[in-house]
Amino acid sequence: MKPHRQENGSPAVKQGGSKRGGWIFLASVIGAYAALAVLSPVLAEKSARAFLHLAWSLLPVLLLVFAFLFLGNLLIRESFIRRYAGHSSGWLGYVFATVTGILSTGPIYVWYPLLADLKNKGMRETLIAVFLYNRAIKLPWLPVLASYFGLKYTLVLTCWMILGGLVEGLIMERIPKRPQRKQGVIDSS
Amino acid sequence: MTRARLHEAFTRTNRMFVSALPILLGMLLLVGMVVSILPRRFSHTLFSGQPFWDALEGALFGSVATGQPVTSYILGKGLLEADVSLTAVTALILSWVTVGTVQLPAESLFLGKRFALWRNAISFVLAVAISLLVTKTLLLLR
Repeated sequence: MKPHRQENGSPAVKQGGSKRGGWIFLASVIGAYAALAVLSPVLAEKSARAFLHLAWSLLPVLLLVFAFLFLGNLLIRESFIRRYAGHSSGWLGYVFATVTGILSTGPIYVWYPLLADLKNKGMRETLIAVFLYNRAIKLPWLPVLASYFGLKYTLVLTCWMILGGLVEGLIMERIPKRPQRKQGVIDSS
Repeated sequence: MTRARLHEAFTRTNRMFVSALPILLGMLLLVGMVVSILPRRFSHTLFSGQPFWDALEGALFGSVATGQPVTSYILGKGLLEADVSLTAVTALILSWVTVGTVQLPAESLFLGKRFALWRNAISFVLAVAISLLVTKTLLLLR
């Protein structure tokens, strides 16, 4: 199975499917509400009230999220990450993989082609693991996490996650490597 | 900073936001329904309250789920309100974003099967360990 490459060099990822999936998911939940309204109008009303309460509390945070996403898209360039994460430089590499992982946005599969490319150009697997782990820290969504679970929880969790990324990288580095064989399907040519 | 760059960043952000919107709305609706329908006892049968097993079950659930991280926050908040332990919710949130069972084939394809399997396995173990450590840390800071 080989993903075909687009003109810009990245494999074709069917994003249309996942977009449709979101709308199908929403339609299914609305369908479930409609069914509940027929079976038990009281429970349907209770559920709708709970939804409105949740949505209302999330609204201001969503505006903040939009601002963070906008700033990320405006200030952080893929070429910048490609340039620095590609160099393996000991602890500095860990720091850079951590920071770029935290700053990266978008779905994870969008980053696979770039990481595969960087791997073929000599990026350490360890740094790829650190990058992928730290992608879990979503700066734009942190206000939502803090508003739901508190600032203290958010800070503690984030600190442990950064340490977790480091631990994952160190473990990955100690896993015995197989004899050199071409891995992945993307060549860097 | 050019006008074109500002426009490009805004369009890209808008696209990301709009694509996340149906999932967000769907999850909010679903959580509203789950919280209203499921009796509180249900969560007690699923999560025992024993930290290690709660973490393991939370991590298992988060590993097979997929979607925006914010979805796991909303779900986690709903579970907390249904009296599920913070350890289980933390493990769910962590594994939701660090373990990608659904993305495993794509990750294997691009970065190699060995790398993808090891990375996901280590992330799962870390989700369990970190969820226990987060709870312990919060207890110490109280």
